Amino acid sequence: MTFNYDEYVRTETIPHMWCPGCGIGIVMKSIIRAFTALKWDKNDIAFVSGIGCTSRMPGYMDMNTLHTTHGRALAFATGIKLAHPEKHVVVVGGDGDATAIGGNHLIHAARRNIDITLIINDNAIYGMTGGQYSPTTPPHMIASTAPYGMVEPNFDIAKLVMGAGATYVARETISKGIMLEKYIKTGLAHKGFSVIVAESTCPIQFGRRNRLADPVELMHWLKNRGVPKTKAAGMAPEELQDRFVTGELFRDDSRPEFTEVYQQVIDAAMKKENK
Amino acid sequence: MSKRMELYSGNELVAEAAIAAGCRFFGGYPITPSSEIAERMSKFLPQVGGRFIQMEDEIASMGAIIGASLAGEKSMTATSGPGFSLKQENLGFAMIAEVPCVIVNVMRGGPSTGLPTAPSQSDVMQARWGTHGDHPVIALAPSYMREIFDETVRAFNLAEKYRMPVILLLDEVIAHLHEGVALPESDEIEIVNRKKPTVSREEYEPYADTKDHVPPMANFFEGYRYHVTGLSHNPKGLPSTDFEVVHAIQVRRQKKITEHLDDILKWEERSMEDAEIAIIAYGSIGRSATDAVEHLRAEGVKIGLFRPLTLWPFPEKRVAEIARQVKRIFVPEMNLGQLVLEVERMAKGDAEVIGINQVGGVMIRPREIVSRVKEVA
Amino acid sequence: MSNRVELRFSGVGGQGAILAGAILAEAAVYFDGKYALQSPTYTAQVRGGATKVDVIISSDPIIFPQTSEINFYLAFAQRAYDRFYGGNNPGNRFFRDMTEDAIVLVDSDLVTNFNDPPHRVIKLPILQLALKELGRTVFSNVLALGIVTGITKVVSDEAIVNAVKRRAPRGTEEMNLKALNIGFNFAKKYMEQKSIDPVTV
Repeated sequence: MTFNYDEYVRTETIPHMWCPGCGIGIVMKSIIRAFTALKWDKNDIAFVSGIGCTSRMPGYMDMNTLHTTHGRALAFATGIKLAHPEKHVVVVGGDGDATAIGGNHLIHAARRNIDITLIINDNAIYGMTGGQYSPTTPPHMIASTAPYGMVEPNFDIAKLVMGAGATYVARETISKGIMLEKYIKTGLAHKGFSVIVAESTCPIQFGRRNRLADPVELMHWLKNRGVPKTKAAGMAPEELQDRFVTGELFRDDSRPEFTEVYQQVIDAAMKKENK
Repeated sequence: MSKRMELYSGNELVAEAAIAAGCRFFGGYPITPSSEIAERMSKFLPQVGGRFIQMEDEIASMGAIIGASLAGEKSMTATSGPGFSLKQENLGFAMIAEVPCVIVNVMRGGPSTGLPTAPSQSDVMQARWGTHGDHPVIALAPSYMREIFDETVRAFNLAEKYRMPVILLLDEVIAHLHEGVALPESDEIEIVNRKKPTVSREEYEPYADTKDHVPPMANFFEGYRYHVTGLSHNPKGLPSTDFEVVHAIQVRRQKKITEHLDDILKWEERSMEDAEIAIIAYGSIGRSATDAVEHLRAEGVKIGLFRPLTLWPFPEKRVAEIARQVKRIFVPEMNLGQLVLEVERMAKGDAEVIGINQVGGVMIRPREIVSRVKEVA
Repeated sequence: MSNRVELRFSGVGGQGAILAGAILAEAAVYFDGKYALQSPTYTAQVRGGATKVDVIISSDPIIFPQTSEINFYLAFAQRAYDRFYGGNNPGNRFFRDMTEDAIVLVDSDLVTNFNDPPHRVIKLPILQLALKELGRTVFSNVLALGIVTGITKVVSDEAIVNAVKRRAPRGTEEMNLKALNIGFNFAKKYMEQKSIDPVTV
């Protein structure tokens, strides 16, 4: 039996606007599979994004969807979650959206440990605007604003959000859809701020400039850059240069979740007021 | 029956009124001279089961209140000039996505960091045109303490009624002044809530035209599962680049204002019946102007006051009438000439329009208005 | 305007001048049923520096909300006096806001350089008086309130007593009222000597 994705899709909005060979579809499917596995009621999910290719995903999803301004998805999502702490709030975005223009919101959502799941489709490029470099474009790779190669250092998104206080952090390439789905599912079920970095591909804007125009070839290139956590543990730092570690990278179930802490504030304030 | 007088600052009154109007979410960021609003909301919101959050920046606080409003909570943020500049991005989102919310801007001297602790009225045009693109705006500017309370409540009511952000413009003078004021009893306060859809999810069009041009608004998690986007969209809320669809929705958003002017516009007039000279003033300078008019009337000058409480939409028709009645209109403002441009536009040469402008962070005083009026006469 | 009285209290942070302004406005609003406002300098601006509070009390609703014809000025510090009285300088906007018959009350130990002000000046070592009579300088602002209200009658004695009680921290009520009475008595003596008409609202 084939998997039925339609339950969570606004089928009337298909075909989507993504390019042939784009990695976002795999991420979207992984998210839908995770929702299905968790049996989440689509009426209870707010699905929020910023601006960019990945951020067009909510338009195709059949739930309470919000396509906000560039980088600001987590700010809007924080308002939704505080208004309805009992509902599910899920955010998707690209690397530029989530870590450049949205970098401040990212670290503060992590610091609060608010119960929101963020899924980043990291294709290392600004796709929609025409292939400009992002905070995760690997060194020396060509972008439309890096014609001589990327000269800035990268963010390691996983380390960034771990340092900022996220309590579930995982990373996987889109070549391993099953693992990606598993991490997303765990992140969704986790109480606290969870980040799943989906290392993804943009054959048109990233691949074509870097002799990786073929989507399959680009996927192989991406897959080979990933190093599973267990394998990475035995590797020297120089061996890990220009590569990224995959797997469940961090989990902490002990830190209090923000809306639960705030509920205690409400309970105390109301008790005091009614005395 | 009103309660007896109590002392409040303008900022405190904004918080009192917001909670009375049903506000249950506040997202803020510290900024002088508006911070007391956030401080008070942080204390009182949890007492009524509401939620307060100090966000990481001004942009985020504007985003958070939009999110909370979409999820059904009446929401507010408060800021001042530099923060108001940062909020423009998401303010535009609230306008295109038609999300009710209230933005308080306690005006201080600008541009940039300017005069953080001194008053100004120099964000009047920013309130109208600060965010990019064509959009309707409602901006209210109270002068007195009781008006701060009433206009804050009205800001929430208009936001809910017309499904849009409403800007409340205070200035540092009335924000920090502690003054005796008699507030209404809670049963005297009119509260308006957003119109909800009565149709099924399949039939629901969150951005469809309606008789009053304000489509009903479903909250998130109520089963309607619609799409909200800052992209131009069709009545269903899905992105659209269709010329006719986009044009029609833009025009409908304007009509929310232009076809409800009687409901939205509010002003006070004094001694206008036989006036040959008019003063048009608002906010704290509305008080200076009132004093000046009383003084000049006592000296036999046929002068009247027009004090708009709704700055945007601008009371065009009434100002045009006044221009036909009087020979001269003075417009004192703590800026280098902003609302005076609207007055000139409506006067169309029927009356001479003279600005009285001061931007050093000090209020324009009644005697300064009086002497200017006499000088020209 | 006879039905409107404007007062300015000034000092440096911590002396209680701002609180005295708040108490006076509260006395007018809560206990005399008058219209009143008080407008303190904004703390973020003046941390550690000179502060002032302007109080307006009126029998009619207050239209223009700032002081421009000050009837009474109080200074607890030289720095405050220089800044908010405007040192007998007609070019200073604060000085220009004083009415011709204004009364100026200064702590004579703390304000020593007067610059020959044209107003009636009352010099009194307020802090020292509070220290001597009450053992603590913290009551000096309430003592000054007794003088201010005793001379100006801008609020009723009963109203200022009630307003001071309302604000007094638990256990300090008696001392605060004692401070107020010292002020009242000084004002009474002063008025008898100088035969000044009160500026009752």
